[in-house]
Amino acid sequence: MAKARASKKAPIRVLIAKPGLDGHDRGAKVVARALRDAGMEVIYAGLRQTPEEIVRAALEEDVDLIGLSILSGAHMALFPRILTLLKVQGGRSIPVFAGGIIPDEDARRLKRAGIRAIFGPGTSLEEIVTTAQSLAHRAS
Amino acid sequence: MTGRTARLPPAARAIVDGDRRVLARTITQVENGDPSVDRVIRSLYPRAGRAPVVGITGPLGVGKSSLVNALVGRLRSLGQSVGVVGVDPSSPFTGGSVLGDRIRLERRADDTGVFFRSMASRGAAGGVAAATREVARLMDAAGFDVVLVETVGSGQVDVAIREVATTRVVVLVPHLGDEVQTLKAGLFEIADVFCVNKSDLPGSELARRDLTEYVGLGPKDAGWTPRVVATSTLTPSGIPDLVAAFDAHEAYLDASGGRTEGERRRLAVEIVGLVRDRVGRELTGRLERDPALRQLLDEVVARRIDPRTAAERLAAGAVRGA
Repeated sequence: MAKARASKKAPIRVLIAKPGLDGHDRGAKVVARALRDAGMEVIYAGLRQTPEEIVRAALEEDVDLIGLSILSGAHMALFPRILTLLKVQGGRSIPVFAGGIIPDEDARRLKRAGIRAIFGPGTSLEEIVTTAQSLAHRAS
Repeated sequence: MTGRTARLPPAARAIVDGDRRVLARTITQVENGDPSVDRVIRSLYPRAGRAPVVGITGPLGVGKSSLVNALVGRLRSLGQSVGVVGVDPSSPFTGGSVLGDRIRLERRADDTGVFFRSMASRGAAGGVAAATREVARLMDAAGFDVVLVETVGSGQVDVAIREVATTRVVVLVPHLGDEVQTLKAGLFEIADVFCVNKSDLPGSELARRDLTEYVGLGPKDAGWTPRVVATSTLTPSGIPDLVAAFDAHEAYLDASGGRTEGERRRLAVEIVGLVRDRVGRELTGRLERDPALRQLLDEVVARRIDPRTAAERLAAGAVRGA
């Protein structure tokens, strides 16, 4: 079933979640706020989410886009698991982007695995917003 | 039952059969005013009207989301499935929104007895979104035993939940004001149940006493006197009492005939609202396109006709056309 948008004016819905165990979500909040200010509906799922919870939330909330924030170093385990669950549960078409502390080599591998964009420390909010908008529009 | 199911459009059938992905997508379509969802909504209407729709309202920061989470836990332990709509405000400036009601939801990744949907108010005043009522009804038709609707943090006149919920819980906390605040019109008038949340804090006994006194000021022959319940999601305590209080109100609605009466009132409001939206859209469009109506507008601009007379002519036309 294709994503149905009655008009181009329907806001982009994006899930912002922090998988794993690190307890620092300032970065995720800054991004959530920037996406809000860009007119998006941001479902803020908060800290310490399991891949299962993130995928469940994304499907129930019928989001156009998922943003993951991670600082703990567990991205190579958690991100592929999220992508797999999305595929299995019918959310293959939902683009996923990520931000946090992710070494370049890992970032390359995660992009090959299907993470659409990865933002390191120091990325401008404009770049994140623009990328999020274009990922959501391409998917719809 | 199979016969009726067989006549449903595929998406409606999927929703009735428990397909949560289709439910989620249909909710999006309702929110976006997508006309292609019309048949699905219409066909599911006869299947709704069974589940209690419990509205959770109150000022911001009183703990509505934590309370909803605790209620979900309690209802699940009683074997009831729960649909939740959590409404948060949209920005009047950018249209954007941060929907954070879900953050309090406990880990339920594999519990199919719960469905939680966050919803932005999208310009609607009063504490709920334009789509909230239809989405609650969709969850009802999908077979959830109870539907909880958490409003935007409410002010004194935000009473739109009255048009959505069968039972309204007004959530307050200690130290919100003295007993005169309870006499003020608006929010306090719509409560079927008052909940003094954060009752672990000092002052909760006073708040409870003020509310109990307030409900005692009502007419003696009123069929239902609002219950006052104290809760804490921290300790936790009072959650079973809160569920018992809204169950008691639902039982009262059935016993008194109040359910049908309330339903009639809400549906009348809904139908009039739908007509107003439709006629409004139609007229706005025609005032731009239709030469006769543009001429009428010109006459008003030139002060040869006054706005009331022009409106009367338009309304008469709209009623005749119906």
